[in-house]
Amino acid sequence: MTEGLFARNVPGMRRVLQQACVGIAGCGGLGSNAAVALARAGIGHLILADSDRVELSNLNRQYFFQGDIGRNKTEALSEHLKAIDPDIRLDVHIREISPENVAKLFGKADILIEAFDRADGKMWLIRSWCMAFPDRPIISGNGVAGLGRTNELGVTRTGNIIFCGDMESDLDLGLCSARVAIVANMQANVAIELLMS
Amino acid sequence: MIVVNERTRLEWRDGMTAQDVLDAMGYRFSLITVTINGEFVPKDDYDEHRIPDGADVRAIHLHHGG
Repeated sequence: MTEGLFARNVPGMRRVLQQACVGIAGCGGLGSNAAVALARAGIGHLILADSDRVELSNLNRQYFFQGDIGRNKTEALSEHLKAIDPDIRLDVHIREISPENVAKLFGKADILIEAFDRADGKMWLIRSWCMAFPDRPIISGNGVAGLGRTNELGVTRTGNIIFCGDMESDLDLGLCSARVAIVANMQANVAIELLMS
Repeated sequence: MIVVNERTRLEWRDGMTAQDVLDAMGYRFSLITVTINGEFVPKDDYDEHRIPDGADVRAIHLHHGG
């Protein structure tokens, strides 16, 4: 059922992405949407890690459905990704990500997508990744909250750390489905661009 | 001269550290990522990490939400 799945891709994309592995650190608003975009792009291998279960309040922005409530996010997301591309290879870790296990969980990844909700987590994840794999990119979501202001969302690169977002909005503004998904898709888009280059 | 976050120019001096730059900028956020010429600098090294003249310094405040 996969023949023709990537027929409308940019020429050459599938051939390269099929060989690539991307880590998704956190399968919430950023991670679930970025993973779906990467699966649709033809990525060969994803590593998913998250210890949370799907809650009703997640459905305003995360790639889950009513029937997923109570399930582990990584397991529910795996099912959705397989429903898009049955051939995608998935490594699933239902466990809390910590500074101590980042290198072990994501050691096979060419690129890591930072998809945490909390800024303190983002900070130690960037640190852990950069210390373990200084030559491999990490793509972080930074400033996704609020609504509108699409033109304020951008990509900022410094070395192998790439930030997607407005770089200033914080959680007290609340989260809007479209804006979170835009940033998640920016992260996926940057990952694809890096892999293709 | 060094450039901070692609905007602010600071006079360089011999022995200048990452912490000196953060102090000069008045950055006291705890949730921050610092790079010097694209190289990640761990927080524990801010006091020791020397900044070369002409450096591109980024001090990026991290925000909740995802």
